[in-house]
Amino acid sequence: MSISINDLNSMHIDVLKEIGNIGAGNAATALAKMLNKRIDMEVPKVKILEFKDVNEILGGAEILVVGILLRITGDLSGYIMFILEYNAAHLLVNILMGKPSSDLNEFSELEASALKEIGNILAGSYISALSSLTNLKISPSVPDMAVDMAGAILSVPAIEFGKVGDTVLYIETEFSEGSAKVIGDFFLIPNVESYDVLLKALGVIN
Amino acid sequence: MENINVIKVGMADLQVSRHPGMLTTLGLGSCVGVALYDTVKKIIGLAHIMLPSSLQARNVSNIAKFADTAIVKLVNDMISLGASKEHLVAKLAGGAQMFAFNNSSDIMRIGSRNVASSKDTLHELGIPIIAEDTGGNFGRTIELYSDDGRLLIKTIGHGVKQI
Repeated sequence: MSISINDLNSMHIDVLKEIGNIGAGNAATALAKMLNKRIDMEVPKVKILEFKDVNEILGGAEILVVGILLRITGDLSGYIMFILEYNAAHLLVNILMGKPSSDLNEFSELEASALKEIGNILAGSYISALSSLTNLKISPSVPDMAVDMAGAILSVPAIEFGKVGDTVLYIETEFSEGSAKVIGDFFLIPNVESYDVLLKALGVIN
Repeated sequence: MENINVIKVGMADLQVSRHPGMLTTLGLGSCVGVALYDTVKKIIGLAHIMLPSSLQARNVSNIAKFADTAIVKLVNDMISLGASKEHLVAKLAGGAQMFAFNNSSDIMRIGSRNVASSKDTLHELGIPIIAEDTGGNFGRTIELYSDDGRLLIKTIGHGVKQI
């Protein structure tokens, strides 16, 4: 018997939030080190959404964002996705590459690969925290990036949930620089089969 | 814009409208927008399809999710509003591959499979496909208008077009 989204009770949700907290906390620390800036994060949210509402979770389906997506495999499967505000993504690469921060044109190949590397490092820190917490083996894929409408990007991990149900679960953590500027959102999107594995590994269910 | 009935279609959702109306769906990625138009009665219908087929799915409670079942439902809903199947024409948009990934697994090629399955279903129903803007690696917002059945396609960085 495996747990479906509808079976998750409030304690399970709290555990998933805590997983987000630990994973994203580690990723925020990595980001702060990379940028040498203070990075704040919000309390993670567990969002269980009907597909028709997925497009709007970042405040609008048509907002231009940078999405970095990694598939995770191993004991856990699913996706890790890092969504950056478009301007914040430019700011990030400019800081990392030591360039003036005025250039808001398309990302060059080099900038795109720097962003993917940021995604890689952050996902790596998220996963390593998650993995040492749960003793589960989790490996991330090579990251891929898309610069486009939030709705189109968010729908990619949702589609996999369509085969088994009518909702998708995102563990979302918002990052900001200092206390003002939102940088982006970190998402852990475990596949349906993974709730069991996660909750068992943490001793929440038998 | 004149005073027309604007209805939003979410992911895995479908809607129909009489004239005058406009149906829109925002941020289509690998999903496919199937737009149907009754050229006589000016009735419109739009489905935002997530997956190619209900046959491999474990849960089919929402039939608007799948190309095969959604298009049949869309046609029936339009007929309930007074449309005739013989007067329907179809336009397709979406079916992009947002992320490249080297090992293009099934789920990553879902866009083109959604398009292919939508076409198959339309052929079976005998509804001609008169235009399409599918594929690529970018998202689309689409608007279907009842006055002439035009489908407006907006993108970020890939222009605006009308089919």
